[in-house]
Amino acid sequence: MTQLKLAAQEGAAPVEDLSDIPLAIRGLTVSYGSDPAVFSVDMTVPEGAMLAVIGPNGAGKSTLLKAALGVIPKLSGLVTVYGQPIASQRRRIAYVPQRASVDWDFPTRVIDVVLMGLYRDLGLLGRVRRSHRDQARACLARVGMEGFADRQIGQLSGGQQQRVFLARALAQAADLYLLDEPFAGVDAATEKAIVTVLKALRDEGRTVVCVHHDLATVTDYFSHVFLLNRRKIAAGPVAKVFTQQMLQAAYGGRLSGGQIDRIAAS
Amino acid sequence: MFDLGYNASLVAIGAGLLGLAAGVTGTFLFLRKRALVSDAISHSTLPGVALAFIVMVSFGGDGRSLVGLMAGSALSAAAGLLAVGWLTRRTRLAEDAAIGVVLSVFFGLGIVLLTVIQAMSAGRQAGLEGYLLGSTAGMLRTDALIIAVGGALVLALVALLRRMLIVTAFDPEFAGSIGIDTGRADLAMMGLVLAVTVVGLKIVGLILIVALLILPPVAARFWSDRAGSVALIAGGIGGVSGAVGAMLSVSAPALPTGPIIVLVAFAIFAMSMLFAPRRGVVAALIRHLSFRNRVHLRQGLLALAQGQPVYEALTRRLLRRAGLIRADGVATGAGTAQAAKALLDERRWQWLRASEGTGAAAARYDGLTPIETVLTADQIARIDSQLRPGGLV
Repeated sequence: MTQLKLAAQEGAAPVEDLSDIPLAIRGLTVSYGSDPAVFSVDMTVPEGAMLAVIGPNGAGKSTLLKAALGVIPKLSGLVTVYGQPIASQRRRIAYVPQRASVDWDFPTRVIDVVLMGLYRDLGLLGRVRRSHRDQARACLARVGMEGFADRQIGQLSGGQQQRVFLARALAQAADLYLLDEPFAGVDAATEKAIVTVLKALRDEGRTVVCVHHDLATVTDYFSHVFLLNRRKIAAGPVAKVFTQQMLQAAYGGRLSGGQIDRIAAS
Repeated sequence: MFDLGYNASLVAIGAGLLGLAAGVTGTFLFLRKRALVSDAISHSTLPGVALAFIVMVSFGGDGRSLVGLMAGSALSAAAGLLAVGWLTRRTRLAEDAAIGVVLSVFFGLGIVLLTVIQAMSAGRQAGLEGYLLGSTAGMLRTDALIIAVGGALVLALVALLRRMLIVTAFDPEFAGSIGIDTGRADLAMMGLVLAVTVVGLKIVGLILIVALLILPPVAARFWSDRAGSVALIAGGIGGVSGAVGAMLSVSAPALPTGPIIVLVAFAIFAMSMLFAPRRGVVAALIRHLSFRNRVHLRQGLLALAQGQPVYEALTRRLLRRAGLIRADGVATGAGTAQAAKALLDERRWQWLRASEGTGAAAARYDGLTPIETVLTADQIARIDSQLRPGGLV
C-alpha cells in the first residue's frame, strides 16, 4: 500500500484548467464491498478523441464509466465534464449501457426507446409531438433502423438492439458519448454501422469513449487508448500506448506473446 | 340485478377508483420487478392500524375513525418499507429475504396488538379484523368518499411521474446517466404503492391488496406491448374488479370484500392469459401447431422430391390431408409439383447462403419462407443460372 498514490490527491490540485476537457477523472476509487474494483484512477479524455478503454475481464472498465457518470456510487475522486461538475452537464453527455443490462421483453416499441433520449426536452409531462417523433426516426435512420420504429423491442436481434441504443444516444445530441461495449456480441453489419456513426460523431467534433474488448480492432477504430487493470496502466494516442510492452503490463499473463505481437501497434 | 342504494353505489364507485389507482400504480411496480415489496408494505400496516386504534381510544375517541386508522397504517407501512430498504442496502440480505423478515415480524406484531385490543376494557367490538380481508359492512359515506378521493390523488401523482418511472424501470443505468435519481424514483413509486395500500385497506384488506396491485398489470401485459397502454388497461381491469367485486360483496353482507374483488380480478387475468391475441396461451398454441405442421409438410415434400420414404405418421397424415400423397404414400400430381417447387426453393436458398455478400437476405432463411418473398424475380433468375442440375448437396 505504501507506494500507492493516495486517492484524490491530484484532484485536489486547484490550479488545473479542465474547461476544454470533455471528461476528466481524478483519483477515482470504486469499491464493491471492501475490494476496490477501480483504484485511484486519473483519466483525461481530450476533445475530439475516439478513445477505447481496454483491459482484461474484471479490470473495472464498465465500473469506471458508471462511477464517472454517477450511476454507481464512488468511494472517492473528482469527475468534471468540460470543467464543470457532472450534475450541471448532463445535457452534454450520452451514455449507452451494455445491451444485456436491460430486459428486452419490456413492453415498449423501438421508437419509444429512442424517445427516451429526448427525455430532457420532453420533461416530466411534455407531450410527444410530431417533431419529436421525426427527430427519433431520423436517429433511427442514422443507424439503419428506420424500418423498425414500430416494432416491439423483444423482436430485435442483438445487433439491432445495440443500434436502437445508439439511436437513443444520438437523440440526446450530446457532445460526449460514453458507450459500454457497443460491439459486444453484434453481427458484422451492425459493427460496421456503429463504427460509421461513431466516426461521423468524431468528425463533427464530438468526443467518443468506448469500453472495448476486441484488441484486434483498436488501431482501426480508435485514436486514443486507455489501458486499465483496476489501476491506470497507460493512456494516450494509439500509436504511443497500444504497444506490446503496455499490453503486457495491462493483461499480464492473460495474453500470449504471439497474440500481443499480432495486435500491438507498430 | 342489484338494487344498490345510494351508499352502496358510493362504495362501488370508491372501490372502482381504488382498483383503477391500484392497477395503474401496480403496473410500474410490476415493470420494475418489485412486486413483492408491496406485500411487505401491506403487511406492515397492521401494527399501525392497531396502535392507532389504541391511541384514539385512550384519548377517549371512537377508535374506528378511518382517517386515524389510515394515518397509523401509513406510518407503520413506511417503517416497514424503510426497513426493507435498509436491510437490503446495509446487510447481506437480498431483497426477497428482507421482505420475508419485515412482512412476518410486522404482521406478527399486528396480530398480537389485535389480541390486546380484544381484551381491552373498552370491550367495544372494534371490527379491526375487517382490515385483514376488507369489508364494506358498516362503511360510512365519508369512508367511501375518502377512498375515492385518495384513489384519484394517487392516479394524478402517477400521471405526473409516469415518464420518469418508465425510464427507470426499463433502463435504470441510462436513467441515472440523464440525471434521474433512481433511488428517489423507486422511493416515489413505493410511496404511491403505500398510498394505494392505505387507501385500499378498508375495502380490500391488507392481506389481499397485493393482488389488486399485481393481477391487473400481469393481465394487461397479455393485451399490449406498450408500457403506457399496459398501465391504462391495468387501470381498467382494476377498476372493473373493484366496482364489480364491491357490488357483489354488498349484495351478500357476510362475504368479505377483498377476496371477492381479487377473484373478479383473477377471472379477468385467467381470460387474458388464455385468450389474448398473440400473447395468450391459446394463440401461442395455435401458432406452435401451425408452425409444426408447416415444418412437417416441408420436410415431407423435400423427401418426396428426392424419392425418399416418409416415415413419420404426422407428416404422412398432413400430406394426405393436403391431397399431396395417396393412401399408399405415392405422391399425387399436385404433390409431385409442390415437391419439385420445394426442392427448387431449397436449392436456391442453399446457393444464396453459400454465397458471399448476401448476408441480409440469407439471414432470412428459416427453412419455411419461400425465396420469392425475400428476393426479386431478377435476383432469383440470376441464382437459377448458377444452379447446377441435380438435388440437394
